[in-house]
Amino acid sequence: MSATTHTVNEPRALPRYLSALWAVIWKDLAAEWRSREMLSAMLVFALLVILIFNFALELDALARQTVTSGVLWVTFAFAGTLGLNRSMAVEKDRGCLDGLLLAPVDRSVIYFGKALSNLVFMLAVAAIVLPVYSILYNTNLFRPGLLLVVLLGSVGYVAVGTLLASMAIQARTRDILLPILLFPVVIPLLVAAVKASTGFLQALPIEDIRPWLNLLVVYDVIFIAAAFMVFDFVVEE
Amino acid sequence: MDAKPRWLSVLDVVTALMLTAATIMVFFYAPMEAVMGPVQKVFYYHVAHAWVGMLSFIVAGIAGIAYLRTKNIKWDIVGLATVELGMVFMLVGIVTGSIWARPIWNTWWTWDPRLTTTTIMELIYAAYLMLRQGIEDPERRARFGAVYAILGVVSVPLTFFSIRIFRTIHPVVIGGGDPGADGSFDMTPKMLQTFLFSLLAFTVLYADLMWHRIRLGRLAERVEQLKLRLSQ
Amino acid sequence: MMIEVRHLIKRFGVKVVLRNLEFSVAPGEFVALLGPNGAGKTTFLRILASLSRPSFGEVRIAGYQLPHQAAEVRRQLGVVSHLPLLYGDLSAEENLRFYGKMYSVPGLDARITQVLELVGLAARRRDLVRTFSRGMQQRLTIGRAVLHNPSVLLMDEPHTGLDQDACEMLDGVLREVAGQGHTIVMTSHDLARAAGLASRFDVLTRGAVQASAQRADLQEDGLLAFYRRALEDAAPMQPEKSLV
Repeated sequence: MSATTHTVNEPRALPRYLSALWAVIWKDLAAEWRSREMLSAMLVFALLVILIFNFALELDALARQTVTSGVLWVTFAFAGTLGLNRSMAVEKDRGCLDGLLLAPVDRSVIYFGKALSNLVFMLAVAAIVLPVYSILYNTNLFRPGLLLVVLLGSVGYVAVGTLLASMAIQARTRDILLPILLFPVVIPLLVAAVKASTGFLQALPIEDIRPWLNLLVVYDVIFIAAAFMVFDFVVEE
Repeated sequence: MDAKPRWLSVLDVVTALMLTAATIMVFFYAPMEAVMGPVQKVFYYHVAHAWVGMLSFIVAGIAGIAYLRTKNIKWDIVGLATVELGMVFMLVGIVTGSIWARPIWNTWWTWDPRLTTTTIMELIYAAYLMLRQGIEDPERRARFGAVYAILGVVSVPLTFFSIRIFRTIHPVVIGGGDPGADGSFDMTPKMLQTFLFSLLAFTVLYADLMWHRIRLGRLAERVEQLKLRLSQ
Repeated sequence: MMIEVRHLIKRFGVKVVLRNLEFSVAPGEFVALLGPNGAGKTTFLRILASLSRPSFGEVRIAGYQLPHQAAEVRRQLGVVSHLPLLYGDLSAEENLRFYGKMYSVPGLDARITQVLELVGLAARRRDLVRTFSRGMQQRLTIGRAVLHNPSVLLMDEPHTGLDQDACEMLDGVLREVAGQGHTIVMTSHDLARAAGLASRFDVLTRGAVQASAQRADLQEDGLLAFYRRALEDAAPMQPEKSLV
């Protein structure tokens, strides 16, 4: 076989990028669907956290009004770290990260692919936690505003989380390191998500909620951009 | 680079003099504040330390960017030095803030934006050090440290901002008095001079300690090299 | 020259692992890279694989230079390490499909079938990789490496952890692949195995290639003697000048 020289063919570059991106996402989803280990762990953990909150906070109906958002987002934040850790650990342990790095695609494919599949997992957990919570506490959590906040919050969370997870799994202290790195940096997101969620749950006027939604969007944009820019430095030796 | 540079010795002396002068100014030059009394003097130290803590943070971010661009290990040494120092200064800032707050607001702690944000910054400092501790390869350690420093610096303004909106929309009153207030007082010209001078003195202290710490870092590198040579 | 390495230096912090390494491989050669533990073989292979950057020096593969033209180089490379680089929860076919998509392999379906037959795993194509023995995983991983028809194959101790039968099967695949004209660089601990496969033997120790011999030039048990001699003759490492 002679060495064929490939030239970058501009019109075909984007479809190739998207094809590789989709391949990464599909691979994560398919692999997880087979074993369902990560999803079940995240779910069980999330439900346990809600249960613990129930006893720890002794909520009456009125108190619950103000605390629901906090409980939900703490739950998502903690269950999220399980997912992030697990998602990157799979790559690291079997050397698959090298396999991804060897592929002749832009590094950002790895970042966006992992981040998007992490997003799917987080939303899957939310899709189960929200109805369960609604039933357990007789609150309707299915308002469009709230769902929007869950989406925006999850996007920002996985944007930073995926990047930090790829650093954390390369350290000796990998499991405990991710929350330590992630939580201080993700606080503005959590604050905005909780306040916006409460706003929608209490049906506050939209002008009151808007600053929080803006903050969420700003956070998402800034951190997706920042993560995208530094990801190369995290994976290239 | 073995012998201590002469300019560093000069800086040591200058730092010591400035700190002494600042202390004298705080206790003898600046007048006693009418409402708060002697405890107000803590304010000069508190702000100076918190200011250096924030300056360190910015330096850490800059060092991070510089390292990623140049891959020169000296920027990593700067980054580590500034985080270590920043952590200490910030901690003193937080504690002195608490000491000042207690008699004024009748509480050791308040969740106001500035205090909360500085605490989070302290946690980011700690996380940075823990990240470095978990990585063996020096090049990777430097790279990851740089990346985290940058992310940390980017997040802090957002954190401050988010808590600020949090507080203005839902002011929370804890204990007696309103912690949302700055505890501000009007500064007479003498107070202002003392205030600015202590800021300057502690900034010089920061520079002095940074120089020492960076030197220490470079000497440590040198020791590693020599050890390696001997083992061959 | 398919692979050309000149004045390669690799440092980790203050520790120098590869010093002034010179190495070249002509198209179609099968080079066995031998050497004791800690000699730098894996580090060197990772640099060739574009997974690690040289601290100094020139590395060219198929005419492209690392690290600047890394993307082009990667198209030409297939890499096998002792980690399988396979996803346990996916089937053999799905693993190959994933990598095929990442490498934009044309005619993927047909190619997957072809590769599975090459490595003798056609019957197990739908089975999950975590049910495979280590030997089968190694064969599949070679399949993954040649899927996109790279000109160069880099293998880091592919026989690790395999029993006798598995090794024989693996060798069969390797000979077949070598016969197709790929350029191959394989690091190995196992002199006997390497002797049966490679056309050229290089000894890497103390951070540089100390000796090189063609198979034709070695006598019967000549490889062992050649290897021992190369280790003894190796020049001691020069102390490095101060970096700080």
